[in-house]
Amino acid sequence: MPALDPVVLFFLLGLAAGLARADLRLPGAIYEFLSMVLLLAIGLKGGVELARQSPVELLPQLGAVLLMGIVLPLAAYPVLRWRLARPDAASIAAHYGSVSVGTFAVAVAFLASQGVVYEAHIPVFVVLLEMPAIMVGILLARGMGRQTDWKRLGHEVFLGKGVVLMGGGLLIGWAAGPEGMRPLGGLFFDLFKGFLALFLLEMGLIAASQMASLRRHGAFLVVFGIVMPLLSALVGGWVGWLLGLSVGGTALFATLAASASYIAVPAAMRLAVPEANPTLSLAASLGVTFPFNVLVGVPLYLDLARLIHRLGA
Amino acid sequence: MSNEYRKLLTVITESAIERDLLADMERLGAHGYTVTDARGKGSRGVRDAGWGEASNIRVEVLCDDATARAIALHLRTRYYDNYAMILFMSDVEILRPEKF
Repeated sequence: MPALDPVVLFFLLGLAAGLARADLRLPGAIYEFLSMVLLLAIGLKGGVELARQSPVELLPQLGAVLLMGIVLPLAAYPVLRWRLARPDAASIAAHYGSVSVGTFAVAVAFLASQGVVYEAHIPVFVVLLEMPAIMVGILLARGMGRQTDWKRLGHEVFLGKGVVLMGGGLLIGWAAGPEGMRPLGGLFFDLFKGFLALFLLEMGLIAASQMASLRRHGAFLVVFGIVMPLLSALVGGWVGWLLGLSVGGTALFATLAASASYIAVPAAMRLAVPEANPTLSLAASLGVTFPFNVLVGVPLYLDLARLIHRLGA
Repeated sequence: MSNEYRKLLTVITESAIERDLLADMERLGAHGYTVTDARGKGSRGVRDAGWGEASNIRVEVLCDDATARAIALHLRTRYYDNYAMILFMSDVEILRPEKF
């Protein structure tokens, strides 16, 4: 077991400070800035690598990612429906079918610290995985009714902050190529871990603020918030291996499957399924799954990827 | 100086619905509005504005009585059930009646 990465210790500091009600609060603008830089950095890095690759080779992988984004929330829904009302079950299912960029960033930093290489175009999958689960979640909550304003929602889904910044970063990185990006590398690549550390400090504070609602809404969400990512990681790891990804790529793919959204999906669900209680889905995704993935999941998914490759070879 | 009076409609709600809310207000006749970030505590818990999903906004609209009541009625039917929302009105003296 490797020693905890310092960025994870920042998360623990935030969590501890939040639980102890320390007088610590990052201004909203700082959080916005940090998440913007992280999204752009991940996009730019992927775009630079994408410039070296033929897009046609990626098509089967993109199809598999979309399919996974549809299957995971459909699998989660019946389990959630067992204990929760329809809108809540649909909303939480959408959160778990989508991805968390924060968790992805932690996994990228972890792989780097372990010296594990991975296919650098994986950020393309992150952008893609944000969307299908939102659509599935809305259909699960509403059916194919006419109540949903799809145009408005399409705007929210395709022009949400995550998609615009990461997708935009991909395009800029792709257009500029490695040489063109060099002058910007100081901000976006060299400082990545520092920004990630501050971001995780804030995420620790936010996760701590979800604990109260978790106490109120009980054990079911805690169990779901841990078991669901473990099962999703198995699916993601298997799909990654089928797609012929390296060990690092498989680990990232498993992490993507295991992570639960806390930015794009909550915003979309708040508009499309307003009767779903946002405290339930955020308590699960931020209060349980995010800390679990950061502290335990990410190293576990690397071990899982190694195991899958060993068994498959 | 004229002693003219208008309604000041103040809405405190989730920033998640800002765009829809402002579009509704304009459609119902508001000539303008002011939006500020807000923090506080209420029946839906502490909303400390630390990050996007926990942030609140305070929207203020100066308008005539009929417009204020139309907006208030619409907000009540459209948003009250599912969103954290506080809405109140007051009479205010204005200096440039042609603006509102």
